[in-house]
Amino acid sequence: MPFEWFVSIRFLREGRMQTLLIFVGVAVGVAVMVFVGALIDGLQANLIRQTLSVQPHVIVHPAEQSARDVAMRGANPVAARIEKSAQRTSTLDQWQVTQQIIDRVPGIVASSPTVAGSAFASKGNVSRSVALRGIDPAGYPRIIPIDQKIRAGIFHLVGNEAVVGTELAKDLGLAVGDKLRLVSTEGRDDIFTVTGVFDLGNKDLNQRWVFVSMRSAQTLLDLASSASTIEATVGDVFEADRVAGEIAMRTGLEADSWMKLNAQLLVALKSQSSSSYMIQFFVMLAVTLGIASVLVVSVVQKSKEIGILKATGTTTGRVTRIFLIQGAIVGIVGSVLGSVLGALLAQLFANLAKNPDGSPTFPVDLGPDRFLIATLVATSIGLLAAVAPARRAARLDPAKVIRYG
Amino acid sequence: MGETVLELDRVVKDYGNHVTTRVLHGVDLQVERGEVMAVIGPSGSGKSTLLNLMGLLDRPSSGRVLVRGIDTTPLGDDAIARLRGRSIGFVFQFHHLLPAFTALENVLLPIWSDRGTVGRAERQLARDLLERVGLASQADNKATDLSGGQQQRVAIARALVMQPDVLLADEPTGNLDTSTADSIFSLLRDFGRERGGALVVVTHDPRLAARCDRVVQIIDGRIVSDVRKTAASA
Repeated sequence: MPFEWFVSIRFLREGRMQTLLIFVGVAVGVAVMVFVGALIDGLQANLIRQTLSVQPHVIVHPAEQSARDVAMRGANPVAARIEKSAQRTSTLDQWQVTQQIIDRVPGIVASSPTVAGSAFASKGNVSRSVALRGIDPAGYPRIIPIDQKIRAGIFHLVGNEAVVGTELAKDLGLAVGDKLRLVSTEGRDDIFTVTGVFDLGNKDLNQRWVFVSMRSAQTLLDLASSASTIEATVGDVFEADRVAGEIAMRTGLEADSWMKLNAQLLVALKSQSSSSYMIQFFVMLAVTLGIASVLVVSVVQKSKEIGILKATGTTTGRVTRIFLIQGAIVGIVGSVLGSVLGALLAQLFANLAKNPDGSPTFPVDLGPDRFLIATLVATSIGLLAAVAPARRAARLDPAKVIRYG
Repeated sequence: MGETVLELDRVVKDYGNHVTTRVLHGVDLQVERGEVMAVIGPSGSGKSTLLNLMGLLDRPSSGRVLVRGIDTTPLGDDAIARLRGRSIGFVFQFHHLLPAFTALENVLLPIWSDRGTVGRAERQLARDLLERVGLASQADNKATDLSGGQQQRVAIARALVMQPDVLLADEPTGNLDTSTADSIFSLLRDFGRERGGALVVVTHDPRLAARCDRVVQIIDGRIVSDVRKTAASA
């Protein structure tokens, strides 16, 4: 075994209680780092997943119609104030062509057209205002996994079939197989059969959304064969902004990413991340100071031994390394213990709080790179903390130290 | 005799920054191969300072220290440490073993520190030395589990492992009983005889000094007498 390693390990073993305490100290620090990181990242990933489970990553819609520029007569404009025009229901007439363009944009995984409009849903003499969503039952589940959210019946939309939310079903007393009348704002109406009841985990959507086939929606909303929007899924959700920009450029339409539509959420997540990093930073700072103080004490305690080593020919470089290695060992051992502790803690926490359906309320993210980073950080701070004690040890004057036993 | 292994050339040593105290006043001393030398003198005469300078643990304020003809004045700290490890063995009054290490490991430390790693050959050398000092069966005991005399024997084995040119001993028998002291001194003296290295013993003990070939007396930082015996010590 190399000399420095041998002496380092012996010194650590000799320091029993001290060594044990600093191992535990580093382990607790690393455990907090792993636990807080796993929890925050897990929660954030879950929040984004939940948000995106009822929202498309990218929505492509026709550009807003703006009033024509004021005519200029000489240097004076005709009108000082321009009234914004009411937005007519503008639609995508050539959506098949647009969809082909969208599908060729790098990063796009799936896209599906949607026909949207307002309607009244009624059964007997009870009526509710609903958001009518005409979709392609084959392609749409790749945008929003509605087929996995069905609580009763099946996800099936052929002819005059409809899928409604749990809240609407409750309000109108609807069950699978029941008939439902939908009256659009265009004045058209038709009778639909409820094939399924969905639960998107959002009361408002469960009350307002009614899915019908695209064909039925086009008929009800008087839209011939056009679509209102094309919704798309991207591979990496954080690429949505870039992909949306690309789509807007290629199609000349407007494309909004979920990030733009949920800017508030993202700001909240970012500040949550920063506070998590702050906690981790200060915990590791405390750990660094802890390691440094233990090693400084150790240098004082071992000054005689260091003097003997130097008197018998050990160079200052080797003495320095002996203490740097001790710092690194403390970091590595502490981070291994801490990783285990943190993972156990996170798992315990995840198992403790569960949703009624058995999924954890606090999902944790325990990827391998989390432990890799924790180990790297702890080892680096171990080394860093050892620098001052090591220099101190290297400066010891052997003649002074060994004079008196 | 003849070959000089260690030489002090007009060595002066001062202590203190503002008020300096001169501890050595230009000492000239040559230690020859195979020689067994005692340095005697009252407390505070500069014996220990002299030993530290001879052992390269300290640097002179002026003058030169030469080891095997090499002037150590221009050498850096690490070069000095290496030269010290290879040329000079120490036996201190308070043995100074590393308590967390076994007897064998203590003996190995200088060679280990010099080469970085040790193999079978070095371990065997260390075992042989421990056997030579009568501690073969204690090789794997912790230093703290040994008696005072045994610890001093381990320290001697450690001092010899690098096969130094000079063995420096500071009151090597200072806190040992008479019979143990005798056998320890015999071991030290045999080193000089058998291996052709020089032994320098700093001591208060006139009995110890009487067993040396050469007795250097130092008072107030000056050598006042330097007596060589001729074949009397045999």
